[in-house]
Amino acid sequence: MPADFISNLYVFILAGFVGFELIKRVSPLLHTPLMSLTNALDAIVVVAAIIIAGRHETHLSVVLGLIAVAASFSNMVGGFFITDRMLRMFKTGKSKKS
Amino acid sequence: MNVFTGDQLLSFTYIIAVVLFILAIKWLSSPTTARRGVLAGEIGAALAVGATLYNPDVTQYKWIIIALIVGAGVGIPLGMVHMTAVPQRTALSHAFGALSAAMVGIAEYYVGIPRVTRFEMGEIGLEVIIGSLTFTGSLIAAGKLQEILPQRPIVYRGQNFVSLSVLGAALVLAILLVINPNNTHLFPAMIIVALAFGVLLVTPIGGADMPTVISLLNSYAGFSAALLGFVLNSKVLVVAGALDGSSGFILSVIMCKAMNRSFTNVMFGAFGQVQAGAAAQTEQRTVRSASPEEAAGILAAADKVVIVPGYGMAVAQAQHKVRELYDSLTKKGVDVKFGIHPVAGRMPGHMNVLLAEADIPYERLLEMDAINSDLPQTDVALIIGANDVTNPAARTDASSPIYGMPILDVDKARTVMVIKRSMNPGFAGIDNPLYYFDKTLMLFGDAKGFVSDIVRELGGGSGH
Repeated sequence: MPADFISNLYVFILAGFVGFELIKRVSPLLHTPLMSLTNALDAIVVVAAIIIAGRHETHLSVVLGLIAVAASFSNMVGGFFITDRMLRMFKTGKSKKS
Repeated sequence: MNVFTGDQLLSFTYIIAVVLFILAIKWLSSPTTARRGVLAGEIGAALAVGATLYNPDVTQYKWIIIALIVGAGVGIPLGMVHMTAVPQRTALSHAFGALSAAMVGIAEYYVGIPRVTRFEMGEIGLEVIIGSLTFTGSLIAAGKLQEILPQRPIVYRGQNFVSLSVLGAALVLAILLVINPNNTHLFPAMIIVALAFGVLLVTPIGGADMPTVISLLNSYAGFSAALLGFVLNSKVLVVAGALDGSSGFILSVIMCKAMNRSFTNVMFGAFGQVQAGAAAQTEQRTVRSASPEEAAGILAAADKVVIVPGYGMAVAQAQHKVRELYDSLTKKGVDVKFGIHPVAGRMPGHMNVLLAEADIPYERLLEMDAINSDLPQTDVALIIGANDVTNPAARTDASSPIYGMPILDVDKARTVMVIKRSMNPGFAGIDNPLYYFDKTLMLFGDAKGFVSDIVRELGGGSGH
C-alpha cells in the first residue's frame, strides 16, 4: 500500500470529521445554499482538470481534461453566484424594506 | 524570491484554499455570516485556480482559456435561474461535478497505461464508476425535476434484480481491471455499465423522494472528487471532496429521518406504487369546503396563524402571493409563522429559499419541532400545497405507508384550512384523514389564485 495513500486517508478522515461537525451546525433554513456552496467548493476539481489538459500528454487526455475544465468551472462560477443570490434574500424583519 | 520552488508555492496556495473552504462552511451556519462564507470560498477557489494556471506543468493555455470561458458561459446563466428552478439546477450541477471527476479519472488511466499499478487501478476504477453513475443519475434527477421526464416512479417487475446485476457487472469489470490493468478494452465497458446503472438507479424514484435522492447524489459527487484526490495524490481535492461528500451524506440522513425511512427503502422501495390500490377503497366521506371570503374572515379573526407550504406552492409559484397574505394579516395584528417540514418541496431547504425570495423574514420560518410546540395554541393552520407532511395517519394509523413519519401537527390547531386543487390524493396515493375532520375547511382551487382571492377579501373586507 503506497505511503501517499495512507497520508491521503488521514486527510480524508480528518476532513470528513471537520465537515460533519460544521455541517451539523448549519441551520435547516440554509440547507439549499449549503448544497450549492459545497457544490461550488467541490468544483476545485478544475485544478486537476487544468493540469491534465495543460500537460498535453495525449490528444485524448487533453480533450477529456478540457471537458472537465468546462464542466467544473461552470459549477464553480454558477455555484458561488447562486449561493450568494440566495443568501442575499435571507433578511430579518427589521432590515426588510419596501 | 526563490524561497519556494514552484511546487511548494502551489502546495501552500492549496493549503490556504483548504482553510478558506472550511471557513466558508463554518460561516454558512448562520444567515448573518453566510455571505462572508461565500466570499471566503470564492477567494480560496480563485487562489487555487490562479496558482494552478501559473504552475509550470501547464504549457498549453489557449484551449484551457477557451474551456474556462465556455464553463463560465454555462455557469453564469445556471447561476441566474429562477428560485423555483433551483432543485433541477442543483441536480445538473451534481451531474457536471461527477462528469469532470470521471473525465479526469479516465484521462489519468489512459495517460498512465501501461504503468498503472493494481492499487492505482483500484482507485481509478472506483472513482470512475462512482463519477459515471452519479453523472447519469443526476441527469435523470434533473430531467424529472424539470418535468422533461415523468415525476412518478417508473417501476417494472424484477427491477431491483436488474439494477443490482448491472452494478455487480461494473464491479466485476473493475476487479478484472485490477487483476490486469492493461486489459484496456474492459475500461470503456466498465464506464458504459456504470453510466447505465446511474439511469437505472434514479428512474424508479418518485418526485416526493427527490430531497433524499438529490442529497445522496450530492454525497456521491463529493466522494468521487475525494477519490480523484487519492488517484492524483491531491490533498485539496481530498478535503473539498470530503466536505462535499459529508455534507450530502448528512443531508441524506436528515431527509431519511424526516420520512422515517432507510436509504435502501428510498433507493429500492419505489414508494408511490405500493399504495395506489389502498387509496381506492376509501369510502365516500364528507368534507367541508369554504369560499375565499369565508377563509379571509376566519384568518382576519385569528390571533395566531401558521402557514404550511409544500411543493404545490412551488409549482403554482404562489410564494409572492403568500407574502401578500402574510403582509395583510400582519397589518391586521395577526401573528403569522411558517411551519417548514424538512422534506417539503423537492430538495433540502427548498421552501425556505422560496419564502426568503418572496421577502418573508427568515425568523418567521420555523422548523418542525419549533412549530409543533406552537400548533396547539394556533387558531388557524393554513396548508398550501402540502399533503403527506401534514397527514395525521403518520401518528395514528399503523397500517398507513407513512406511519411513523414525523409530521407537522396541524390537526392540533383550532381550525385547519387546506388549499388544494381537488380531493384527488395525488400520485403518492395516500389518503389524508385530516381532510375529513370537522375542524377542517377545504379551499378548492389553484394555490396562487386562491391566495390572491383571500388577499383581495382581506383588503376590501372592512368595507362591507
